[in-house]
Amino acid sequence: MNHSLLVVLLASGVAYGTPLLYGALGELLAERSGVLNLGVEGMMLVGAVMGFWTVQRLHAGSGVSLAAAIGVAALAGAAVALIHAFLVITLRASQIVSGLALTIFAGAAGLSSYLGNDLKLADNPARHTFHAVFPSSFQRWPIVGPILFGQNVLVYASWACVVGVWLYLSRTRLGLNVRAVGESPAAADAMGIDVTAYRYAHTLVGGAFAGVAGATFTLAITPQWVDGITGGAGWIAIALVIFAFWRPELCLVGAYFFGALQALAPQLQAREIHLGPTELWANWLPYLMTIVVLVLVSASGARRRLGAPASLGLPYVREER
Amino acid sequence: MRIERRLRQPRWLIVAVPAGSLVFAFFASGLVLLATGHDAISSYRKIFDAAFVSKGVLSDTLVAATPLAFTGLAAAAAFRMRLFNIGGEGQLLIGAITAAAAGLYFGGSGGPSAFAIAAMVVAGCAGGAAWALIPGVLRAFFKTNEIITSLMLNYVAAYLLTYLVFNSHSYWRESKGFNAAVFPTSKTLPDSALWPAATVHVRGGIVLPLGAGFALLAAGVLWALYSRTRFGFEAQVLGDSPRAAQYAGMRTRRKILAVMAISGALAGLGGASQDGDFRHTLDADPNGLQRQYYGYAGIVVAALARYNPLAVVLVAFLIGGLQNAGNTLQGVDFPSGLVGVMQGIILFSTLGGELLVRYRIRFGRSRPEAAPAVEPV
Repeated sequence: MNHSLLVVLLASGVAYGTPLLYGALGELLAERSGVLNLGVEGMMLVGAVMGFWTVQRLHAGSGVSLAAAIGVAALAGAAVALIHAFLVITLRASQIVSGLALTIFAGAAGLSSYLGNDLKLADNPARHTFHAVFPSSFQRWPIVGPILFGQNVLVYASWACVVGVWLYLSRTRLGLNVRAVGESPAAADAMGIDVTAYRYAHTLVGGAFAGVAGATFTLAITPQWVDGITGGAGWIAIALVIFAFWRPELCLVGAYFFGALQALAPQLQAREIHLGPTELWANWLPYLMTIVVLVLVSASGARRRLGAPASLGLPYVREER
Repeated sequence: MRIERRLRQPRWLIVAVPAGSLVFAFFASGLVLLATGHDAISSYRKIFDAAFVSKGVLSDTLVAATPLAFTGLAAAAAFRMRLFNIGGEGQLLIGAITAAAAGLYFGGSGGPSAFAIAAMVVAGCAGGAAWALIPGVLRAFFKTNEIITSLMLNYVAAYLLTYLVFNSHSYWRESKGFNAAVFPTSKTLPDSALWPAATVHVRGGIVLPLGAGFALLAAGVLWALYSRTRFGFEAQVLGDSPRAAQYAGMRTRRKILAVMAISGALAGLGGASQDGDFRHTLDADPNGLQRQYYGYAGIVVAALARYNPLAVVLVAFLIGGLQNAGNTLQGVDFPSGLVGVMQGIILFSTLGGELLVRYRIRFGRSRPEAAPAVEPV
């Protein structure tokens, strides 16, 4: 039963969905503070390459290496996000163009490829990878075994992050301030909240999440370095935030749904199931579903009611309010 | 330090800022080179030689610049109206697919035939326009964000291209010959569908591809469209102030569709030029056309040209030189991603430089009593 297509799809949906979830949570934090960052793909790739580099070059035990790799990936993602933050918050540049620039700068043909090349990371598998936490006897339990107990620590940590982000935004003073900054920065400013500091902090944290998302690829899902290894996951993560109506708990649902879609193509290939042009539609599915979901969300009534921060994408200039 | 809005934008800044951005970008990329243990000065000398100076390299620079001019024009056409079509990549690939079909179908033996070339141009434009109309229609009728939808379609187009040649027995795939059975390739275009090129006999010969001529022509037409017609004016008003445009009775939907179609057609024409001018087949190799990322680089070109079609051609030539140098020099002292890094930094500095056009920075303390004190009554 545990090898039936549905269970395997759900289990790998959780695995493949984890980087989407990290990326979406980070983007959600940035967007809730009013900063749209379209550079998730680029930040993910830099996180992926730097995390992988740490594991390859650090001479330490598996646990230490992997923990350090996640830390380095988060720092790398935050460092890339800093460029965006400076341009759009301090210099008031267009958030859309700056985000695109970030993806070109850091993306598959940019910094991540440069680093991968310069640090000679291609052609070797990762020295340490994240493995399933629970013993294999747990994983043999029907259905829940592979789905819930067959996962690595990054998956369980992502659940903690969902709860953490949810509590932070809805139950703490800081979270309330963030939402105020995203909805009405002028009012927040009048209340004495430092809009610039909040926006910087959340853009950077968003970058750190994206960096971890990237490392999930190179240290767990496909433990190696290839240029552009994320294959558009960063963009799907951005779409997920819209799909989830800017709510962390819905990000989880969406991420696993898209994760399962991404797992479909390799699974069908492995099982030699052919339904028409399988190579085509199975690979297309995640991208096409993203479009379908976006259309459904955008067509279903007013955006405001659905939770988009009112000041998303707008620079805040105190003198011009 | 204070940042305040400029009341008037001096004209010289509009040229000085992009030029300054380029200089800053070279400086910042030099830091990246130094930080990773390369000699920046000698790298730059090599780049400059490989792009513009050495014998015969100008032809290669034109090869790289031609598609960038098309994707740059595509981005400029859409971004001017604040329609962020970043699907130039996919539209170029689809244009290459449809133009290759037209070339294979209408081409015959013998010299270049105007009919076959015209068919390829039309097919390329139509393919690109149709692909761009998907996000266009979604944006116009469902208000769906065109950034993400057009980007998703880039991946869809790339998978389609790979599928047509590697995983199916499509019209584009070579079925005859010994090699075809072992390794899938696409059909070579017939002779009459190959685009002619003119050669200028200076500096070891500069080959001017027909596509470069088309790009110049397209830039002229696009410039006239935006600065000399009512259509262009309305598109810009819609971009700058959608509400004002609505009050003035401009048709938003129609304009979104038209601009997306124009943008896609330009990118698609770039794809047709890839088939006819340079590759002479439908290039589906995962390390070939798909790895050049012309669509994304086109955004850099358009932004640096400040979305001015005539400037796009010039900037495409410069960035094309950079890309050409990147391809030639790729190896130990020139890691592959450097071109993307430099393009990204160029974009960042253009964006930052925009601030200098709109605002001015004043140093020194702000004067506390700027406004006259109000007399208590």
